[in-house]
Amino acid sequence: MSALARVAVPSLALARRTLRGALRRPQFLAPLVIMPTLFLAINTGGLHRTTDLPGFPKVDGFLDFQLAGAMTQSLLLGGVMQGIGAALEIEGGFFDRLVASPIPRVSIVLGRILAGTVIAAAQVLWFLVLGIVFGVTIHGGVPGALLVLSIGAVAGTGFAALGVLIALRARNASTVQGIFPLVFVVLFVSSAFFPRALLQSPASWFAEWNPLSYVADGMRDPIVGQVSATPVLEGLGAAALLVAAFVGLAVLALRGRLRTA
Amino acid sequence: MSKPAIETVDLQRAFGGIKAVQGIDLAVAPGEVYGFLGPNGAGKTTTVRMLVTLLRPTGGHATIAGFDVARQPAEVRRRIGVALQEAALDLLMTGRELMELQATLHGIPRRTVAPRAAELIARVGLSNAAERRVGTYSGGMRRRLDLAMALIHEPEVLFLDEPTTGLDPTSRTTLWEEVRRLRDEGTTVFLTTQYLEEADVLADRVGIIDAGRLVAEGTPAALKAEVGLPHLDITLLGDAPDADAAGRAVEPFGKLCLAGPGVTVSLRVADGAAAIAPVVRALDEAGFAVEGIELVRPTLDDVFAEKTGHRLEGAETAAPEGDPDAEAPDPDAGAPPPPVPA
Repeated sequence: MSALARVAVPSLALARRTLRGALRRPQFLAPLVIMPTLFLAINTGGLHRTTDLPGFPKVDGFLDFQLAGAMTQSLLLGGVMQGIGAALEIEGGFFDRLVASPIPRVSIVLGRILAGTVIAAAQVLWFLVLGIVFGVTIHGGVPGALLVLSIGAVAGTGFAALGVLIALRARNASTVQGIFPLVFVVLFVSSAFFPRALLQSPASWFAEWNPLSYVADGMRDPIVGQVSATPVLEGLGAAALLVAAFVGLAVLALRGRLRTA
Repeated sequence: MSKPAIETVDLQRAFGGIKAVQGIDLAVAPGEVYGFLGPNGAGKTTTVRMLVTLLRPTGGHATIAGFDVARQPAEVRRRIGVALQEAALDLLMTGRELMELQATLHGIPRRTVAPRAAELIARVGLSNAAERRVGTYSGGMRRRLDLAMALIHEPEVLFLDEPTTGLDPTSRTTLWEEVRRLRDEGTTVFLTTQYLEEADVLADRVGIIDAGRLVAEGTPAALKAEVGLPHLDITLLGDAPDADAAGRAVEPFGKLCLAGPGVTVSLRVADGAAAIAPVVRALDEAGFAVEGIELVRPTLDDVFAEKTGHRLEGAETAAPEGDPDAEAPDPDAGAPPPPVPA
């Protein structure tokens, strides 16, 4: 068996298991889309005249603009779910079962993160369908929608890795739940819900450096207009950066945890 | 003896300032069932967790099938099966799905995964429940599934950490039968337990651990022979009978030894049952009323008491097989069965 297969086979088996568990526990899965959907409904219902502000980007409607924000929020919640799932495995002893198995250590982390990728794509798809049902036109067409899905799936992978990283450091689900609201602060100092150009300092400064701004703008661009290279590539780049950083840190956290066990 | 399946030399583990395992030396031969007996907190689980590579030793070293647990953990993991104290199973998956996952994690070829899983599920008597989610299983069924999962890759060495704690007598008997079958098949089994009878019945050799140290080791028969004579457990009537005075009254007939829970005086006797009548008479003459007197052959608990100066905590014995009066605890409860004085 090649080195790649030695990592891929158990990682995919564990990802399949995580997905199966997620589908069998809809009470964990549903909030990932229900809460952002409610936020979306409230925002677009009450703040739709925001688009009249001078300097607001040209969009068909506020829903078109907000859709990418709801997707980003949902993806972050997906990271929370993966973090809680990983922490519950540590608490319940299933993690020990995996550690005592003859699989590459990285597969223990990758299994759950890959499941996060699939769930992230499904979350983005939910909001695309929701938008279309409520009158949003995906200006980038099918290729644009696929780009949105791609950026979302990559970003979701990064958020899942962040969740696993926090779980490995915290080691219990309640701490993961307690830490994650801090992550949402980062979402609100990004351009996910409001155009970067209209933000005031210091929020504008934070948004400029916040990778979530680029993820949200990258997903927004193919929805509100024809696909343009810069925001999409920046979105993909920011999402890839999140994956590289958080997967790397999660693997290091696992190694550190096993070394000090 | 051929190369040991398990060998530890001065194995130690400390958690901060607490020394959980304080220099354990043991060697388990291939095909042997080794019972690791001790009370809660003695260091049994910590030792097992080091041997299965979940904890790093802080001193000494250990090898499994010739591979060092700290330096060659991947080699060790390929050769061991592990069923830890709490059957850590994914309750959302079915028994078959979990077996197949375990098979995949152990690198079993895809075409043999399903038949191997089905074979082991049948072996532990779970065929009818294989398609049910594990969350619906009783405690005994989970332990049996856990055991089957540990066997999926036909390990050279199987670690069972308190496999029957909290089980009802029927489930316990099933697991015992499976351990016996594994012994017959030549699998090395390292079994931790706090049940005297379990160690006595299943283990070829027993190591007794107390406060992180191995205090005795040998076959159950040899260990009991070390203690030697049977003893009389004497229970006197009254709220707080004077055990010292009673001891003085019976001392001419044998040697006083550590009394178990609920027993007023324990007396090691050379004459066996013949000592009962004179002992009762002596107590009567000293003004004591005897509520009960029992001749007890040496048990592993006596060995434990002899070696450590105290009885095994709770002096728990496993409920005898087929005992209709044995109390069957809730199979889902984690608590061990009520203690029975040895």
